[in-house]
Amino acid sequence: MAECHPVAYRFVMEAKERGAKIIHVDPRFTRTSATANLYAPVRTGTDIVFLGAVINYILQNELYFKDYVLNYTNASFLVNEDFRGPDQLGGLFSGYDAKDQKYDRKTWQYDVEEGQQSKGDKTRSEEGESHSQSAMSGSRQGPPKQDPSLQDPWCVFQLLKKHFSRYTPEMVEQVCGTPKEIFIEVAKTLAENSGRDKTSAICYAVGFTQHSTGVQIIRTAAILQLLLGNIGRPGGGILALRGHATIQGSTDVPTLYNLLPGYLQIPSETADQYTLMQYIQQNWTPTGWWHNMPKYIVSMLKAWYGPHATADNDFCFNYLPKINGDYSYNQMFYAMMENRLKGLFVMGENFGVGGINARYQMEGLQHLDWCVVRDIYPVEVADFWKYEGIDPKTVGTETFLMPAAIVAEKEGSFTNTQRMLQWHDKAVDPPGDARSETWFMYHLGRLLQELYKDSPENRDKPIQHLQWELPIKEEHIGEPDLHYVVREISGYTVADNKPVAGFAALEQDGSTACGCWIYSGVMTPDGANRAANRTADPVGVNYGDPEFTNHSNWGFAWPANRRILYNRASADPDGKPWSERKKLVWWQEDEGGSSGGGTQSAGEQAGDNTTPDHKGKWVGNDVPDFPVNKSPFTPQDPHGMGMAAHSGRSPFIMMADGVGQIFVPVGLADGPMPTHYEALESPIHNPVYKQQNNPVEIKHNREGNKLNPPFDPDYPYVVTTYRLTEHHTSGAMSRWVPWLSELQPEQFAEISPELAAETGLVNGDWATLTNVRGEVELRVLVTNRMTPLMIDGKKIHQIGMPYHFGFKGIVTGDTPNNLIPMTEEPNVRIHEAKSFTAGLRKGRRTVPPLQTEPVTSDGMVQYRGGEAGELISEVKLGVVDVTKHENTPVDGATTYTATEAGGQGRAGSD
Amino acid sequence: MANGFFTDTTLCIGCKACEVACKQWNQLPADGYAMTGMSYDNTAALSATTWRHVAFIEVPKSKKRLPMATPAPPPAAVPSADGGNSEGLKILNINGEASLQVGFPDIGQWLMMSDVCKHCTNAGCLQACPTGAIIRNEFGAVYVQPDICNGCGYCVPSCPFGVVALQHDDGRAFKCTLCYDRQKDGLEPACAKACPTDSITFGNLDDLKMRARQRVAELHARGETSAYLYGVDEETEVGDLNAFFLLKAEPEAYGLPKAPRLPQDRVGRGYLAGFAAAAVLSVFSALVFKSKR
Amino acid sequence: MSSETKSRVSLFGKLAQHVGLVPNPLSDRSEKLKPRIRDAEKFHSVCPYCAVGCSQLVFVKDKKIIDIEGNPESPINRGTLCPKGSATYGLTVNPQRLTKVKYRAPYSDKWEEKPLDWAMNRIAQLVKKTRDETFIEMSKDKPDMPVNRTEAIGHLGGATLDNEENYLILKLFRSLGIVYIENQARI
Repeated sequence: MAECHPVAYRFVMEAKERGAKIIHVDPRFTRTSATANLYAPVRTGTDIVFLGAVINYILQNELYFKDYVLNYTNASFLVNEDFRGPDQLGGLFSGYDAKDQKYDRKTWQYDVEEGQQSKGDKTRSEEGESHSQSAMSGSRQGPPKQDPSLQDPWCVFQLLKKHFSRYTPEMVEQVCGTPKEIFIEVAKTLAENSGRDKTSAICYAVGFTQHSTGVQIIRTAAILQLLLGNIGRPGGGILALRGHATIQGSTDVPTLYNLLPGYLQIPSETADQYTLMQYIQQNWTPTGWWHNMPKYIVSMLKAWYGPHATADNDFCFNYLPKINGDYSYNQMFYAMMENRLKGLFVMGENFGVGGINARYQMEGLQHLDWCVVRDIYPVEVADFWKYEGIDPKTVGTETFLMPAAIVAEKEGSFTNTQRMLQWHDKAVDPPGDARSETWFMYHLGRLLQELYKDSPENRDKPIQHLQWELPIKEEHIGEPDLHYVVREISGYTVADNKPVAGFAALEQDGSTACGCWIYSGVMTPDGANRAANRTADPVGVNYGDPEFTNHSNWGFAWPANRRILYNRASADPDGKPWSERKKLVWWQEDEGGSSGGGTQSAGEQAGDNTTPDHKGKWVGNDVPDFPVNKSPFTPQDPHGMGMAAHSGRSPFIMMADGVGQIFVPVGLADGPMPTHYEALESPIHNPVYKQQNNPVEIKHNREGNKLNPPFDPDYPYVVTTYRLTEHHTSGAMSRWVPWLSELQPEQFAEISPELAAETGLVNGDWATLTNVRGEVELRVLVTNRMTPLMIDGKKIHQIGMPYHFGFKGIVTGDTPNNLIPMTEEPNVRIHEAKSFTAGLRKGRRTVPPLQTEPVTSDGMVQYRGGEAGELISEVKLGVVDVTKHENTPVDGATTYTATEAGGQGRAGSD
Repeated sequence: MANGFFTDTTLCIGCKACEVACKQWNQLPADGYAMTGMSYDNTAALSATTWRHVAFIEVPKSKKRLPMATPAPPPAAVPSADGGNSEGLKILNINGEASLQVGFPDIGQWLMMSDVCKHCTNAGCLQACPTGAIIRNEFGAVYVQPDICNGCGYCVPSCPFGVVALQHDDGRAFKCTLCYDRQKDGLEPACAKACPTDSITFGNLDDLKMRARQRVAELHARGETSAYLYGVDEETEVGDLNAFFLLKAEPEAYGLPKAPRLPQDRVGRGYLAGFAAAAVLSVFSALVFKSKR
Repeated sequence: MSSETKSRVSLFGKLAQHVGLVPNPLSDRSEKLKPRIRDAEKFHSVCPYCAVGCSQLVFVKDKKIIDIEGNPESPINRGTLCPKGSATYGLTVNPQRLTKVKYRAPYSDKWEEKPLDWAMNRIAQLVKKTRDETFIEMSKDKPDMPVNRTEAIGHLGGATLDNEENYLILKLFRSLGIVYIENQARI
């Protein structure tokens, strides 16, 4: 976190100063470890064992938050007695189909009242999966059976206990390589710092996600946090530290194949979605907040197709493309290689360096008819037609490299890692012909509408009917006015064209239009853009902790400017704060029992089943994530629809059952509970189960993208990749900047002194990492911060390396991602980049040497040092002679310890 | 009014924001693009074009002595070379070397420290400057006036910290200005402003020193007794430093001299010795000549 | 100077702080020195690197960006920035920036500069051609089901763009029938 999100880490350092315990679990000792209270080394990809063992520790020692677990999770729910777990089936769950490598999830379901199958939670549907068809028919199945004593052997709690019982501290030492004592200290510290008065947060990044078990690793963290009562409460949660300015926004307004804005699914051919009704039936849940989903898809269609979208034509539902399988990232490149994909737009993504098996992806581009790359620098990806010795005369791809505008040259909003939309103003025009993507998309759409204007074809109607007019704000460059885009995203009433207050105002009859329901309300009814709100709270004015303020007037956090999701869980079942110290929202009964009259804060959620006995409202230091007038004493309507199916004690309103999912009957492809499998490329046999790898992982053994043969002695080392503070992803935004380039100028790998001795390397040596995908040359940084681990009786070396380098920019180098295979995690189709195997040898690579195109930093510095008041634009400083770049001697060869080098921070200069 | 920096290394996360913010504000070029192999430090030292520099020091654990959570090493003005193990890394209940050989990195502390010109009370560079280019400005900072500097270089060897340097393609001397230009408008210097964890703080020196002493007391109360202030409350030839530090290992570990000395201070004695020698010689020669007579 | 100075200051040292008997004078330049952002126009921005969302101030004079630094009012960063954020000026004002459309014809071995309008029209035509040639209007297996898609055009990117830009990408490309739409959030 200190490495990749230093400014977020300042909160961690502040918390530490106030007595918080910082635990860092990482394969290497980083800048975060250096400032943490407790560091635990771990083998990459074994997080389920580590976290699973914490779960086991907490269950065995009864350290869980009992009132929270009992009321706010599905711990008491009973599961179908046909269910069998990995401890019985050698690492598999019941229902596995070995031929198709898929699970039938029938046996994972709850045991429901009246013998019916529960629909379970379903916020994510999977392509090709058939679902129950009861939606919208006005009836629903009964709720699951429960055992509030948590003693029934078929209740989730007992199943969980049994499932994780083999995840012991000894198992952690054996599988993760973490010394047992350190692990126990971690588990103890977490438990001690959770409960009524305290909360703990888990922060993660792609070290969790980029594994063949990525989703289940995060699930393990979620289960742990539910057991400790750390969800929906201040200071709790599982926080994904995301790595691009609006990677959260590009998930919410998803440039992703399977989604429409606000996590609506893309229509599916496979799932027989002929009509809007069929689409809705398969994608909503009859109980919980998601029963409002029809309003959101209809409002989106109204925003896109305007007056053409009517109830009679399913609001143009059939204008949307329907998918027929997997069109995810890797598949796109296979489609290129097989000449199925002809044209490609690339906007601000440099997968020539950042892509997995980057060389394969660059080769894919060579098969296209045309390719449009939009970026601020001439990045690697645009040069695919002259990459690594390719003869350009053999590449027929018509290629455009278009200059793009950067943040300060356009207005718009980013959504940060806390779901907060923040507006940036335009300061200057972009240089030359550089333009924003808004400009590009708007004018491209305009030109296409012109080209299709006279077409009589039905299939061209979606273009002809697309609501695409935007007023031009800046005539001199033709930049459209974003106010109207924000208004459309936020939503408006069709009749009078006025912005709506929020998603609670959206309807499914076509009377409202809204581009992205979760962003609804970002524009106020009087047209103000709340993403541009910039009033921070003064420190020390709010509830509980004097430092705790929610800054609700800074930016806009979706949904409904809510800062902490599921914050109903910050109060106990009766609506009182769990503790004074950790209060956030609570139920406030009206005095004298008179009608509360619903001061619906932020006007976002209508309480749809207020009880006459308890009138009042949810109040506190955040927008309540609950129907604001729904009392905690509201009973559940076992046959009710929507929010009526939830009681006043169900904080998890997006879940069909209203509770946190410790056990997941529906929604996951690889099991209802997390299970440790070894990485696809692992030097050891799975010590936990017979099953070696995730049984439903999608591998892609194809030419140019092979996996290393299992346990191949040529590739004995475990490799993981990461970012450095000094660079950003593929380097497209850092290796062109001299000030960042000088701080980490070369591709390197960090190895332990033991591995250095084993391979005959000394600090600074050139070395080459090899595996079946290729070779990557780099220099070694021999450091005590890396250590071999004893795994299952075998010494395992881990190699860590940043992945920022490519062949263009001020500093260049081999691309480590060339060594990583494209694979797909079965739930979200993420690859396994954080754990793979390779060999390491001394010397530079033998395959054709890298052709780099380094640039100088001429003209970079416009002002002269120390004279910041004066502009001296002719001065050319920071010029680097690129010919001297290679084979730079390294000072202080093998050691750089303080004792031996004596003030080594200045070696080479004094 | 004298302003300065207090750099608290216990809060430094080694992000190098100070280095970049300084280069951005002062429009300084990169020094070069070569990996040094010295931990994560690739700018290596302060120079005419690097006015903030973050040093990274990997302190290994002693092979023989195991780090323990408690007790902390006994209080000392200057801690031992291994930096103690009272903070940073906490390892509990490990009794025996075996588990450390494999399975836990042999690192006691990874020290990080943002170095900068100290703006000394008795500034060697200022004393040595023959042209009047180096001044003490109204904010108490030692400032090289580039319009006066003629690049004679006398200041370079006069700095006991090796801070001031000549720019190779320009000839003049450059170093941290304590953002003289920004201070004129009451703006915080760029490095201190950027520092995410407030490891670098800027302000009135009296306030900073008070806070720094409190901070040391706090750390000591927590058992982190290796913490001490470098550059204040010590008697050295350079006097108090206007940019001072809270360190947790010996100064040498960070590349700082234990007792900074001014070459100039030898000059007076040199003259005296010279005069004395001349006097002795005079007397001697007088005697000789007298005796010859 | 601090009242707490307890150093040994030699007489020579004291004298050496002066040329002659008065302190070194301020030069003309030193007297006039001012921060370059004095009187500059100030704009609010957000850091383009990671997703922490640090607020930045962009200072502009004569329609040129002269400085980018942290916004002290932001509850997220309180004026601070990491090294990347601190380098945003260098990212934005940089001679290596692309400013012209570069075009590489099929089988050519070089880039050539092209006018923006020409490129836009050419791209629109290519999109139409590819779409028209590859469009799947009705399902192959279910002849009465419209599927309205082309599997021959793709889009990559979005995590570095604005929400509004992603929205327009999605709205236009979905309406063209494009199904291969992905960005860094998957990977």
